[in-house]
Amino acid sequence: MSGRRAGLGLAKGLAVTLRTMMKRSVTRQYPDVSPDLAPRSRGVIALFEENCTVCMLCARECPDWCIYIDSHKETLPAEGSARPRARNTLDRFAIDYALCMYCGICVEVCPFDALFWSPEFEYAAYDIAELTHERERLREWMWTVPPPPAHEPNADPPKELR
Amino acid sequence: MRDVVALVLVTVAFLTLPLVIGQAEHKVMAHMQGRLGPMYAGGFHGWAQLIADGVKFAQKEDTVPARADRRVFLLAPGVALVPYLVVLAVVPVGPGQVAVDLSLGLFFALAVMGIGVIGSIMAGWASANKYSLLGGMRVAAQLVSYELPMVLAAASFAMAAGTLSLSGIVEEWRWYWLFWQAGAAAVFFVAGLAELRRPPFDMPVADSEVIFGPYTEYGGLRFAFFLLAEYAGILVLCSLTTVLYLGGWKGPFLPDVVWTLIKIFALAFVVIWVRVSFPRMREDQLQRLAWVWLVPISLAQLALTGVVKVVLA
Ligand code: SF4
Ligand code: SF4
Repeated sequence: MSGRRAGLGLAKGLAVTLRTMMKRSVTRQYPDVSPDLAPRSRGVIALFEENCTVCMLCARECPDWCIYIDSHKETLPAEGSARPRARNTLDRFAIDYALCMYCGICVEVCPFDALFWSPEFEYAAYDIAELTHERERLREWMWTVPPPPAHEPNADPPKELR
Repeated sequence: MRDVVALVLVTVAFLTLPLVIGQAEHKVMAHMQGRLGPMYAGGFHGWAQLIADGVKFAQKEDTVPARADRRVFLLAPGVALVPYLVVLAVVPVGPGQVAVDLSLGLFFALAVMGIGVIGSIMAGWASANKYSLLGGMRVAAQLVSYELPMVLAAASFAMAAGTLSLSGIVEEWRWYWLFWQAGAAAVFFVAGLAELRRPPFDMPVADSEVIFGPYTEYGGLRFAFFLLAEYAGILVLCSLTTVLYLGGWKGPFLPDVVWTLIKIFALAFVVIWVRVSFPRMREDQLQRLAWVWLVPISLAQLALTGVVKVVLA
């Protein structure tokens, strides 16, 4: 520690803190002012259950095995057809957010656009068991999902429109 | 009667001013780090935060470890806190405005301030916890190294004024002390910070290494006492520095007491500022600073003071 350099460093340190003190602090006062999050922020996973076909892909791909799905098969008589039509019906869809690591694999893997990222993040609970959220709650979060971002102006038009 | 009123005033100052310093620390630290600091307790800018903290501490359980040296353990927070109150009683805030005017005031103040540190050593020893013991040993090592430069620096002031009375030192104070006693002032202040174990000299409490050292086993009000002792210590150190080096109550226009308080709080701001700006020193750096820098500087200052006194005489 050469004396002169050390003294210089100490003075610089003091100057930095003093300058920061003089500046207005720009900290967002969170509970009073809600943050504006980026549209893609990963708060919680929402379920749009009308789109879910109970294909189980999400539950199988989830690295943490924290998606619970129960279902049963319903048969509907189909007119003019020899056999009745079989259809999966969702009984239970729950995600244990105590286990979820927010990797987003389930959202990526769902072929039917039934899972979405919602920016909602205030769902802390007092009991770890309360972090398993059932389909009603996942459905409520669906309404907080922001609309998808607009297409880039010069990008190719979507395939369906070509 | 006058003595009683003075002592009551000192006690009131002892109970309120450390809180003011603590609150200032919350706010100044927050702004220096671009944060907000506690904002809610009591409404306006969280003014009641420290009172809320006090209530919180009072509600907590007061435990004593089974293997602890019970009496010493229980006594330690008091030993850490009370000396600062006693020192405050001999600090003059105006001409003749001092609770107890001792002709050996400086000597008394330094001796009693040292006792406060003993409280932490007692806490470290009595807790029956190896981290606490380590912290206690570090406190002891720090006391040994920094007491010497502190006393030498104070001796220089006493020599310059030709008296050991704190009021007498202020009376003798001249503006040119700001220059020829600057070395002693820096040594006194730095060594005082080290004795209070304020960052960057907080090796003994190093929360991330020896998990708060001597205070690991303390909870509730006793822990709060140690915290209060730290702030009371800042108050005492700043008032002593004010009296010894900054001319105490001297200043134009404003009343004496106001000048004393202004100087004390300016120094307290520096204490907080230093805390925010510098990282904790390593144990060996800490010892090095004391023996390689502070002791020689204070000795040189002592020599300089002697020479100037002789030349002026
Ligand atoms: S985000 Fe990842 S961990 Fe969470 S439910 Fe989806 S796949 Fe499982
Ligand atoms: S991957 Fe999509 S459609 Fe398949 S079960 Fe999961 S949410 Fe339903």
